[in-house]
Parts: sequence; C-alpha cells; structure tokens
Amino acid sequence: MTNYETLEYDVLIIGAGGAGLRAAIEASSAGVKVGLACKSLLGKAHTVMAEGGIAAALANVDDRDNWKVHFADTMRGGQYVNDWRMAELHAKEAPERVRELEAWGAVFDRTADGKILQRNFGGHRYPRLVHVGDRTGLELIRTLQDHGVHQGIEVHMEHTIVTLLKEGDRVVGAFGYERERGRFKIFRAKAIVLATGGIGRAYRITSNSWEYTGDGQSLAYHAGAELVDMEFVQFHPTGMIWPPSVKGILVTEGVRGDGGILFNRDGKRFMFADIPEAYKSQTADNPEEGWRYTQGDKNARRPPELLTRDHVARRILDEVKAGRGSPHGGVFLDISWIKEKIPNAAEHIKKKLPSMYHQFRQLANLDITKEPMEVGPTTHYIMGGVRVNAETQMSNVAGLFAAGEVAAGLHGSNRLGGNSLSDLLVFGKRGGEFAAKFAKENDAGQMQDAQIEEAARQALEPFDRAATGAGSAENPYHVQTDLQEMMQNLVGIVRREEEMVRALDELSKLWERARNVSVHGHREYNPGWHTAIDLKHLLTVSEAITRSALERKESRGGHFRDDLPNRDPAEGKMNIVLSKAADGSMQLRREPIPELPEYLKQVIEEMK
Amino acid sequence: MRTAVFKIWRGDENGGNFVDYTTEISEGMVVLDAVHDIQAKQANDLACRWNCKAGRCGSCSAEINGMPKLMCMTRLDELPLDEPVTIEPMRAFPRIRDLATDLSWNYRVKKRIKKFKPRPPDAPDGTWRVTQADIDRVREFRKCIECFLCQDVCHVLREHHKHEEFVGPRFLVHVAGLEMHPLDTEDRLTELKRAGGIGYCNITKCCTKVCPESITITDNAIIPLKERVVDEFYDPLGTLLKLFRPKS
Repeated sequence: MTNYETLEYDVLIIGAGGAGLRAAIEASSAGVKVGLACKSLLGKAHTVMAEGGIAAALANVDDRDNWKVHFADTMRGGQYVNDWRMAELHAKEAPERVRELEAWGAVFDRTADGKILQRNFGGHRYPRLVHVGDRTGLELIRTLQDHGVHQGIEVHMEHTIVTLLKEGDRVVGAFGYERERGRFKIFRAKAIVLATGGIGRAYRITSNSWEYTGDGQSLAYHAGAELVDMEFVQFHPTGMIWPPSVKGILVTEGVRGDGGILFNRDGKRFMFADIPEAYKSQTADNPEEGWRYTQGDKNARRPPELLTRDHVARRILDEVKAGRGSPHGGVFLDISWIKEKIPNAAEHIKKKLPSMYHQFRQLANLDITKEPMEVGPTTHYIMGGVRVNAETQMSNVAGLFAAGEVAAGLHGSNRLGGNSLSDLLVFGKRGGEFAAKFAKENDAGQMQDAQIEEAARQALEPFDRAATGAGSAENPYHVQTDLQEMMQNLVGIVRREEEMVRALDELSKLWERARNVSVHGHREYNPGWHTAIDLKHLLTVSEAITRSALERKESRGGHFRDDLPNRDPAEGKMNIVLSKAADGSMQLRREPIPELPEYLKQVIEEMK
Repeated sequence: MRTAVFKIWRGDENGGNFVDYTTEISEGMVVLDAVHDIQAKQANDLACRWNCKAGRCGSCSAEINGMPKLMCMTRLDELPLDEPVTIEPMRAFPRIRDLATDLSWNYRVKKRIKKFKPRPPDAPDGTWRVTQADIDRVREFRKCIECFLCQDVCHVLREHHKHEEFVGPRFLVHVAGLEMHPLDTEDRLTELKRAGGIGYCNITKCCTKVCPESITITDNAIIPLKERVVDEFYDPLGTLLKLFRPKS
C-alpha cells in the first residue's frame, strides 16, 4: 500500500465550528488524545455568522422563564416531530453551557443589575437569547477557540475528510487530504465526532459559505449511518436580496426582535393578516402591543414578525407572488421607524445591530437607521441530519458521533432562532464526552488498506480524466451551479410532487455529470479539485432531501408542499429515516415517533 | 455588459507573476465576486480563501491595488475600473499559492499568550456581576475577525520581519481585550515587554487604518498597553511604592 502519513488519536473531531470545538474541549478534558480536522482556518467556521444569540432559559430578564417553557417552545416550533429527549436535555442544560462560556472569557451584554442580558427572538415566549450585539457567533467561536488551544488539542487546519474508514460495524478512522500540499492523510481514531454543519451550498440562494456541502451527513450515510428528517430545510425569512452579489447573506432576526417590522409595497404590515392557530394566544393583534413586547413589556404579546421562521418565510413569498413585493422581489424590513418611538434611535440601532449597520452600509449603500432594507428568504439550516442517540450523540455506527447542525432530532421540522448555538454547546459537549468514553472503552480498530486505496483512487479520478482526456470533461463548478439552481427551483421553499419527481431525474443526470468532472493543474491548494470532491457530498444530501420530501405527504415546518398545504396528524406521528442499501441505493423507511412520557406531555399541556 | 480587467498574482513560494483576467461586472459587485467568477469560468485552480462573504470571518484578506483589504467588502464601484485591478496575496506572510498565504505563525503566537483567568464568581450560583460599561470597554477588541490585515501592513513585520520578536497589532489587541476584561486576573505585562516586543511599535497607526472592523488599534489597545508596561517597569516612583505595596 502507498505510504500515507498516519496520525493517531483517541478521538477525532471533524469540523471546527461551535459544535466541533466544544466537543474537542470536552473530549480532551476527559484525558484522551484529541485531533481536530477542519476545512478552513481555525475560527472561520460558519458559527461566526450567527448573529442573534444563544437560547438558554436563564430567566435573567423574565423570571417566568425556565427549562419547561424552553422545551415547550422548541417542540411547538418543531411541530412535535422533534426527538423529545434531545429537546428536554437541551432546555435543561443550555443555561449551564452559557455560564461555562462566561467562565472561559466570553463577554455578553448585561442587564441593569449586572447579569447576562437576554433578547427576544422568534418562537421564544420570553426574552431568552444571550447575546453581544449582533455578533454572538464570533464571541462564541473565539471563546471556544482561545480556550481550546490551551487544552492540547491538535488542530489540522485546512484538512478535508473524504471518507470514513470502518472495520466491520464500527468506525476506526478517516481519510482526507491537506489543502496546502494536496497530500493524503490517514487519521486513525477510536471514536469520531462529526461536527461539519449543514448543506446550504446545495441551493443557489443561501446564507452558507463554500464549506456547507453536507460532508458530515454524506460521510455518515456512506459509512452506514442513518439520516433522519432530511426534508426539513430552513429557509430564513430575511436574507439580503440586493445588490445581486449579496443575495442570500443573512439579516439577523434580531432586527425584528429589537422592533423591526415587515411591510409590503403598499406599506402594509402583512404579518398581522395570518397568524397560525397554535400561536394566536401568544401573538399581539395590534402594532402597539407588538412594540411594547419588543421593549420588554411583560404584559404584551410578541409581534407577528417574530412568528417561526418557516411561517414568516412563506408569508413573504406570498406577498411577492401576489405582486405586492419590493422592487427587487422581496419585502421591506424596517428598523429605522423606531425613531418615532425612542430618542437617539440611530445610535441605539448602531449599538444593538452594529454588524447589520456595517453590512448594509458597505454592501448595499443603505443606512438602516434611515431607510428600510429589502429582504427575502435564504437557505439557512437543515433540521435533519445524522440520526443520533439523544444522550450520547452516537449514531447507529459504533464509534461515530455527530453534534450540532449535522445531527438531527432537536429541532423537528423547524428550528427556533437561537436554538442552534445552544444546540451545538449542549450536544457538542455531550458528543465529546461520550466519544471520549467510547475511546477509553475500546481499542483502536484495524484499518483496511483496500478502503484507503479506493478512496485515494476516487479522489484522484478528476485529475486522471484531465490527463487522459476521458469523459466529457465537465467543469466541477458548472455541475455545482446547475445542482444549486435545480434544487432551488424544484425542492425549495414551496414543493410539489411532480417537481420533486423531476428533481430525482435531474439528480441522476447530475450524478452522471459529476462522474465526468475533470480538474486541471496540480494538487496543491486547488479549489477546482476540492469542488470536484465535494460534489459527491452535495449530491448525496440533495438526493436525501428530495426523497424525504417526496415521502412526507403533508406540509410541516420547513417542509411546505403546495399540493398538500396542510398538516396531517398521521404524518406527524412518524419520522423518515434513510440508509444506504447493500446495492448502494438510498433506502427510505417511515418510523413512528416514540410517545412523549407523561411528565413531558404535562409540560406541553401547561405551556399551551 | 461592462467588463473589467483583474491582474491576479498567480504562483507559489518559488515565485510567480500577474495574470490578466477579463470578466463581466454588475451592480454592487465586490472583488471577491470577480475572483469567484474567474475561478468558476477561467481558472478552476485559482487559490483563494473565503467563507462568509459578509466581512464577518476575515478569510479573504488580500492586497487590492496595493491596499490590504477584505475582498468581500471591497466594492468594484470604489475602484477605478478604467485600469486593471491588481489583486495579490498579503506580503507579510509566506506564500502558499496564488492568493493564499501561510498564516500559521499567527496561530502559534496566540497560543503563547496566557489564557483568560477569571476572578472567583461574585454570586453563590457561580456567576458574575458586570456592568454594561465594563463590557463596552472590551467589546471593541473582541470585534476582531482575525483577518490579519493589521499584521500584513505593520512595518515591523512586513519590512523588518521581526516575527520572532514582535507579536504584531492583532495580538496586542487580543492582549488588550484580556487585560481590560472586567473579570480577568492574569498578568501579561512581563511577557508583553519581553516576548511580545511591544516596544517595537512606533505608533504609525497603519494597522488602525486598514482594520475592516474599525478597531482603533493604536489608540485604544496599543498605547494603553504601552502605558501599563511603562508604569510597571520604568516608573521609578511606582517601583519604590511597589516595594511597600506589593501587587495583590
């Protein structure tokens, strides 16, 4: 066999966003040797883009908050297809994870009595999001990064894993390449934690960076792990839409949490017109009450702009479709209007939303303290992913764990804003803890040379094709762009049976084209090559999304079907689980959701 | 559609040259869009780093027409397009390929700086009480996105290559953020004077000028740190007083 550099770890973490870093910190503090491989430089992962905050029922601003309310909010937001045990653990453990961050140096905004301040966010009954201005993600990732580098974690920056290595039913390592020199490396590990984030690059309009190609979901799937809930993709209601080059970049929900309103071309606040039944009792029925809520009035109910993301995104699309959109095909989001309500509004906005102010100033020539923004939905997050055990985060493949966005369960059909940062802290910690435990209880497995050679061969194929002139010499970027366009049009925010059937057909053509991509140049820092390798992951997750979406015969949360626009209680009792069949095809099955235990049923009843 | 010419440095640690690419441009485009377009259509293997495309992650640092900037936040309508736009990698760091440079030195330097060490919690539940004013003081330093443009422009590093003796503006900001952190109790002044080489900075403020996050690096971070170092090590009266009133 070719002699590849081999690195040995007890626990290998793949991905260095919040979940990966938190897992690495936990595993290394359990005394095992930890390696961390990430596609970009340390501190650049997409967690930096999280703006709003970390959801945790600290009850610093409203003492009526507690884990039960947070749990019920999360279940309601996910429309009850969530893994209830994950939702329970998440609500109970998030406060401790936040306090821990502060002990590691994180700096959060404060209340008047010096405690951590919390802000309002969509779907959360009380002010719950721990934040620092609108750059909470940066604070979180920097805190974990700076704490982690002193823990003896070995970080391999700009390393991409292309396949997981198995011995029988368990995972024993990973195979990948380093970007800089293009050399292959073997990571031998007793346990692996996937923390690779999402799949946003499967769509044309997305808030996600180039890294979000579904690596973790795909690596796990091809290694025999089950995926679940893949039909549930979150389209964030407010992405930038103008100028074209910034289309998709996120505009934080914090704008609405701090009093921002949505209106259409006619100046109408259209969100008041359609409030879902489940939220009627919690939602303001007039603008004045909504405003009072954003300013901390405990007797006021939240404005309809703060309904869940799936709902707001669809209402925006409806306005555009009805011809009442803004000039560039979105709607208006306005925070500048608060100058009617408070003195020094401009200063207040700049302080609460500094990144938004800067982003619009620089990229759109627009001063958000003076004018409304134009916004529209953007692909943001996937609720589905690797199916894991709620307590340990281990998948059905022994030794393979997943945490954060790549894992499924907590959010059900729709994630609440702020629940992803708390998710990655709570379950990053758990993933790291149980991966370390697994590593202590198991020996290093035996890697199979044949698997490694096959992975290397596949990875190098695009170069071989360029050298021999075989195939139709597809440009990897073109295949990627066409895939994104297809998914956006056929399996996007609004779905239809016949379109998704067509998507499956398109996918098989794209798979074929992906097998013909060729790459020029050499292996050193060659993004064309990286794009070619990532295509397999993108296609795998796109197929998983499409098949699951076809199977779910209803609309729920992030999955909306024009041909079946209502919720179906029977469909709401099951999850859709995907796995790779022996013949390599994608197998799908429906699995009943375990019934809620009595004490959690009661909690939901109490919080109605 | 209008077009523009981009002169992009192509090469590696052994050398290279500028290559001209012509690409279509549209309203609101930034330099990174042009680079992506060239990458997708004309040069698949053009190496560059990027992630968020919104000025939040600090990955796409480069020198555009000779100025250290983030490619994602530099609009084409800010640049004279009647002549080619030059894009080259940061000069203060070893080259890898095309626009990607070896930034590993920065990560090694950070590891050497003593970590955050909080005072004991203020409340029985293990939490602290801090005023917003105290938070606001360090917020500026914690805005840093680690794009390393300040390191790139700093002449101590860029021209004099004092990488072994001077940590550079980025890490002086990092130390300032820790030293002025309302909960921190660690002392980093000794190492700042010795290993950090704070004396090398002669406050030309180039770093402040290029910071995409508008951190007032020199005035708010470096000068106060210099003053603290001076108070600690060069103040004769202070030294005398310290003999009788040791630091708690």
